[in-house]
Amino acid sequence: MNVEDWFRTDRLPHIYCTGCGNGTVINCTLAAVTGMGWKQDDTVFVSGIGCSSRAPGYIETDSLHTTHGRALAFATGVKMAKPDLNVVVFTGDGDLAAIGGNHFIHACRRNVDMTVVCMNNQIYGMTGGQGSPTTPMGAQSTTTPYGSAEPTFDLAELAVAAGANYVARWTAYHVKELTRAITAGLQTPGLSFIEVVTQCPTNYGRRNKQRKVSEMVEHMRSHALLVEKKRRLEAEGRAIPEGMFTVGELVRRSRPAMGVRR
Amino acid sequence: MSKVEFMQGNTACAEGALAAGCRYFGGYPITPSTEVAEHMARKLPKVGGTFISMEDEIGSIASVIGAAWTGARAMTATSGPGFSLMMENIGYAVMTETPLVVVNIQRGGPSTGQPTRAAQGDMMQCRFGSHGDYSTIAITPNSVQEMFDLTAKAFNLADRYRVPVFLMSDEIIGHMREKIVIPDSVETVSRRPLGDGRLPFAADPDGIPGFAPFGTGRHVHVTGLTHNERGYPDTTDAEAHDVLVRRLMRKVESARREMADYEVTNPDAEFVFVTYGPPSRTVQQLMHDLPDENIGHLRLKVVWPFPEFALKEFADAKVFLMPELNMGQIAREVERHVDQKVVMLPKIGGELHTPAELAAALEAVR
Ligand SMILES: Cc1ncc(C[n+]2csc(CCOP(=O)(O)OP(=O)(O)O)c2C)c(N)n1
Ligand code: SF4
Repeated sequence: MNVEDWFRTDRLPHIYCTGCGNGTVINCTLAAVTGMGWKQDDTVFVSGIGCSSRAPGYIETDSLHTTHGRALAFATGVKMAKPDLNVVVFTGDGDLAAIGGNHFIHACRRNVDMTVVCMNNQIYGMTGGQGSPTTPMGAQSTTTPYGSAEPTFDLAELAVAAGANYVARWTAYHVKELTRAITAGLQTPGLSFIEVVTQCPTNYGRRNKQRKVSEMVEHMRSHALLVEKKRRLEAEGRAIPEGMFTVGELVRRSRPAMGVRR
Repeated sequence: MSKVEFMQGNTACAEGALAAGCRYFGGYPITPSTEVAEHMARKLPKVGGTFISMEDEIGSIASVIGAAWTGARAMTATSGPGFSLMMENIGYAVMTETPLVVVNIQRGGPSTGQPTRAAQGDMMQCRFGSHGDYSTIAITPNSVQEMFDLTAKAFNLADRYRVPVFLMSDEIIGHMREKIVIPDSVETVSRRPLGDGRLPFAADPDGIPGFAPFGTGRHVHVTGLTHNERGYPDTTDAEAHDVLVRRLMRKVESARREMADYEVTNPDAEFVFVTYGPPSRTVQQLMHDLPDENIGHLRLKVVWPFPEFALKEFADAKVFLMPELNMGQIAREVERHVDQKVVMLPKIGGELHTPAELAAALEAVR
């Protein structure tokens, strides 16, 4: 089975802007799913609302494009009613952490056996670039014209704290690492959460001095700090450079999980 | 062998669901509906089903929709505030033609209102509460027996018409205890399977598409966006939207005679009570106390889609009297369909009308 077989070719062209990071994330996810040897007939993609959540519409499986923020609750019903199905969720930072915050922490707590891939472009993309719970402090958006003044959520840390069995964060630049992380997530029983920092040139980059996609990708590359390195710096009592975010595997464990195939 | 029991309405509702093959329940506790969830929590694991107490009612109905797409019969139960929270996803279930059952054990509102008192204040919300145009089915039991029978029936209607079906009960019926006969088995109607080569949202001649549960290889894309017959978004074409929404409404509205379920007493009467749910019991008491062929009674067990033809069964009616545990929600629907006078008899606060109150109302119009 090739990655191409998983695309609904009759739905192309897609709606994503040129340079959007979402396509990369879909490719990495499908590469991981293909690598697992999963069958299209047994795999369900679920999503909420947003650019990122349009992903299941381009994938040739049963798929559920739900309401804004509620993807994990829908997915919980699918998985718990039929544990034989492989369930993968695509969501955005707004979908997951703003309107869907409560479903997010409870899905992690229940540790329902599914894999959640969050495309974190740090903005509400589909509605035109409003500030989200992950918009960095000081960043420009249509609702933060003077720079965002709110502290942000660290989605991956939130998932760790709430109880997910596998948590990793990468970026759309780290294609190989991301694919490996998603694969590890698919293999891990319980809830796997993979946060992917992605570029949204249209609504984020343009307003935040990263006009070119290459600038956004370069920014992700140069500001990603491996979690092992961060821990080393901390142990040595050295400062973490300003503006860096951690990438890598944050947790892999076997807390009790729900919906695991018997 | 059927068995006779003495049971609470909410328990009977859960038993009716189990008998109908319900195997998924997602809910969140709220008075006066909680016993439905508690009974499901006890019983579902024993029959291989799944019970989840979700984080809220939005999650509850979302999970029920997800479960329904795996082919399971699925339901949730709630009361006013929780029902309000479900509205967005109820619209989603309508748009995606997802069969499921929502039990609303109504209580006094608005807002948190009267958690332990009965009301019928959500009758309009269950018909119009979600955004956009749609039509759906609401069933109103008036006894513990009907909590069982009509819950089972709700699943059949949901599967037949592929809509969310509302069991619009209330605190009185939910919490009362009565004798009930539990049959060995109940009649079940299955979802019609999606035909070979058929598109997942292409309607059959009756306006309803066949259903292909997840995991059966049909690769159905389900979206709440306006979609074409394949299920793909088609959000800017006026005609596509028009065709879809009209079909969703028509598949329910055109079957109103098939779905209608009501009781007619004294069809030649001039003074006709129209009821649904517990006020019907007061009318029954009144007619027992005051035998008079000139008093009629139309008791609705299915309120939506509204069976206006049932009103025509009272050819000599001069006045329709409508005792409701709200400010007159269904009375307005009756007014739309008759030339005769309609007298609203609203009562709120949690108490049923007394037979004396109804007798006085009758005197006043005679
Ligand atoms: C209940 C509800 N509120 C608001 C919206 C409008 N809305 C659509 S997409 C979106 C934000 C999407 O942001 P995100 O989840 O970060 O996804 P992105 O588009 O950036 O990929 C919002 C607010 C909606 N569809 N439903
Ligand atoms: S608005 Fe941003 S997230 Fe949405 S498709 Fe365009 S680039 Fe991607």
